[in-house]
Amino acid sequence: MSTESTIWKLLEEVKDPEVPVISVVDLGIIRDVKQTESGVEVTITPTYSGCPAMDVIAMQIRMVLAGHGYSPVTIKTVLSPAWTTEWMTEAGKEKLLAYGIAPPNPKQQVCTPGYFQQEEAVQCPHCRSFHTRSISEFGSTACKALYQCEDCKEPFDYFKCH
Amino acid sequence: MFFLSIHLADDALILGHRNSEWTGHGPNLEQDIAISNIALDQIGQARNFYQYAAELYNNNKDAYTKIISSPAFLQVTGSIDEDDLAYLRDAMEFRNHLLVELNKGDWAVTITRQFFMSLYQQLLYTDLQYSADKRLAGIAEKSLKEVNYHVRWSGEWVIRLGDGTEESHHRMETAIDQLWPYVGELFMPADFQLEAAASGLLKNPNYYREPWLEKTRAAFEQAGLAMPALNWYQKGGKKGIHTEHLGYLLAEMQYLQRSHPGAQW
Repeated sequence: MSTESTIWKLLEEVKDPEVPVISVVDLGIIRDVKQTESGVEVTITPTYSGCPAMDVIAMQIRMVLAGHGYSPVTIKTVLSPAWTTEWMTEAGKEKLLAYGIAPPNPKQQVCTPGYFQQEEAVQCPHCRSFHTRSISEFGSTACKALYQCEDCKEPFDYFKCH
Repeated sequence: MFFLSIHLADDALILGHRNSEWTGHGPNLEQDIAISNIALDQIGQARNFYQYAAELYNNNKDAYTKIISSPAFLQVTGSIDEDDLAYLRDAMEFRNHLLVELNKGDWAVTITRQFFMSLYQQLLYTDLQYSADKRLAGIAEKSLKEVNYHVRWSGEWVIRLGDGTEESHHRMETAIDQLWPYVGELFMPADFQLEAAASGLLKNPNYYREPWLEKTRAAFEQAGLAMPALNWYQKGGKKGIHTEHLGYLLAEMQYLQRSHPGAQW
C-alpha cells in the first residue's frame, strides 16, 4: 500500500468530535493527502465557516499521524470548492442513521426554498416514517436542523443538506 | 484589498457579536439556538476574512502601520494574526457599517437588522465568489451557503411578526423606523470599495441597491409592512466614524485580551 493510501486509512480513525460515529473521511472534509519531501500534507475543508470542531479535528489528525510515525504533518485549510453534504460517503450516512441522526437526503434537492417551505421529506431515523416536521432550521450544531416525527413523536436531528 | 477584507470581516464580527448577546436569552430554546448558530457562522466568516487581512498586513507592514495605530495593536511583535485584528484595534479603526453595531434591541430589531444584512450579504457574496481575488472568492463561496439560511430564517420571522399580532406588527414598524436610516450606507461606496470596483474585483455597492429594495419589498408585502420613504441616511462607519454603541461593544468584547494579552482558555 502506498503511503498516501495508508494515511487515508489512518484518517478513518479520526472522528468528528461532535458526531463521534463518523470519521473525517466519511464526512468528506479531507480534500487531499500528499507525501512531500518534508513530511505529510493533509488538506481539509470546514463544513461551516464557524465550525468549532475544525481546530480539534486538525489536532487529532496530527496526533493520529504522529502516533504512526508521520512527521512533520502540515494541515492546510481550503474553502473552495465549498464543502457539500454530497461529499459524505454512503457508509457515513448509514452510520448517522444508526446513531439516530437523519442523514442528508441522498440526492440534493432544494437547499434554499422560499419562506416557509419545507425543503423535502425527511425520514425519521427511529420509526422510518416520512411524516415529520421541521422544528428549527438550526440544531445542536451548525450542520444540523431539529425535526420531530409526527408518528412516533420522537424529536431528532437532521444533518441538513448543504 | 486590506481594507476591503477588514471591512467584510468587521461587518461579520460585529453583527455576530451582537447576535451572540442573545445566547441564553432567546425568546425560546429553538430560536436561542438559531440566533447563536447564526452568530457562529458570522464569527467564522469574520475569522476567514481577518486571516486574509492579517496575511496582507504581514506582507506589507510599512504601508499599514500608519493606519492602525492603537497602542495595544502596535505592541504586537512579529506577525499579527486574526485575533490581533479583532481584539486590539480601537473603534476608529473598524470599518463596519453602522447598521451592525446598533444595540440588539428587542427581537423585532434583531430580526429586521439580520434580514437587512443577510439580504445584502447574499447579493454581495453571490458576486464576490467569482471575483478575480481568489481568496475573497473562496470565503464568499463558503459564506454564501450559510447566508442563504440566514436570509430564509430572518425573512420568515419578518413575515411572522409583521403578519402576526397587533403587538408584533407594531414592534416591527418601530424596528423598521429605527433601522431604516442606517440601510443607505450599505449602498454608498467607500474609497476601498471604489478602488475594488475600479480594478474589477467587486461591483460598486450602489449596484445592489435596487435588487435589495426589491427583495425587501417582496418580504414586506407578505408581512403587511410598509416600505419607508427613502431620503436621508446615516453614514461614516466605513470611514471609522462610528456611533457610541461600538465603543461599548468593543469594551466588552476586547476586555479579556486587553487586560491579559495573549490569554487562552
